Amino acid sequence: MNVRLYVLQRATALLMVPLILGHLAIIFYATRQGLTAADIFGRTKGSIGWAAYYAVFVIAASVHGAIGLRAILREWGGLTGRALDLAMWAFGLVLLVLGLRAVYAVVV
Amino acid sequence: MSAADTTEKPRDAAHGTIEVSIWRGRDEGRYETFRVPMRESQTVLDIVTHVQRHLDPTLAYRFACRVGVCGSCAMTVNGRPRWTCRTHVSKVVENGRIEIGPLANLPVIKDLAADMSPFFEKWQEAKGAFTPSKTREADIEPISPETRERKIIDAAIECINCGVCFAACDTVRWNEDYMGPAALNRAWTLVNDVRDAGNAARVHAVAQGGGCHACHTHQSCEQHCPVGLNPTASIAGLKRRTMQAFIRGELE
Ligand code: SF4
Ligand code: SF4
Ligand code: FES
Repeated sequence: MNVRLYVLQRATALLMVPLILGHLAIIFYATRQGLTAADIFGRTKGSIGWAAYYAVFVIAASVHGAIGLRAILREWGGLTGRALDLAMWAFGLVLLVLGLRAVYAVVV
Repeated sequence: MSAADTTEKPRDAAHGTIEVSIWRGRDEGRYETFRVPMRESQTVLDIVTHVQRHLDPTLAYRFACRVGVCGSCAMTVNGRPRWTCRTHVSKVVENGRIEIGPLANLPVIKDLAADMSPFFEKWQEAKGAFTPSKTREADIEPISPETRERKIIDAAIECINCGVCFAACDTVRWNEDYMGPAALNRAWTLVNDVRDAGNAARVHAVAQGGGCHACHTHQSCEQHCPVGLNPTASIAGLKRRTMQAFIRGELE
């Protein structure tokens, strides 16, 4: 891992700490209040705030996870060079697409 | 036989024997068992020397100073890397047995002699050589022991290049590009050396893929370093320094 990946991974970790706490609070709130799917959609659909919150979360998680997976593949999978970077990008993009698709589904 | 009840006996007397398994061969090889007389204050290096002088003269191993200064006698003793000249048998013997192998994470030349070349190549990669900023004609620069930089250096400078930390580090084992604790610890002392002129290149070198950011902060190096250094802390210092340089755009 070079300094660029290191900084990106630390920065996204820092960004995700409040997002994760918020996310957990939201889950507790939704289950405690017995919100139905319709209730939830009623609040998220068309909300720029929720779209931004979870889009940032998804992007941070994709970057963070892909860099972490790269380290694991490097050390335990013996992958190096171009194959290693390709694997990182592929995994990151899959996470990003899946995550953004889910965000799209709840806010649009 | 326990090593405890030896006080009444003459200093050199053998009291029982110890079963010693010693690695024979190169990267392929096997452990060979010897019985060696136990003595008071015996070190692991004493055992190896006994085997070579009295039981099998073809045994290859390496040592020089025998007092913990030169860093050439490190081996794997009952699974852990140690400086054998300062490791008492009584401290490491398990059930009257001791297993001695070459230092891990390095190629084996023969028997207990590991090839230290990769270790020193990493030292070069991390720019572990002092880069003078003055000529020999210049006056010697006074460095106060009270400065922050000199205190940082003091904490890390006493490395004897034994390779124990290199053998103890999982990241070294997993990632052949990783420079390892000793080389990075050395780089950190030079980064803090106000007389050194090579720090732009050094900070750049340790910010690359095999540099300080590959360290997982396991602290295995710190745990095993026989002279009590803390390479993990030095590496953390390099991480901070390279991060600052990166954010200021000084790298690349
Ligand atoms: S702290 Fe870093 S250098 Fe030390 S053993 Fe762990 S990974 Fe290796
Ligand atoms: S840091 Fe400690 S363990 Fe590592 S080479 Fe130097 S003296 Fe040996
Ligand atoms: S022989 Fe010199 S350090 Fe052990």
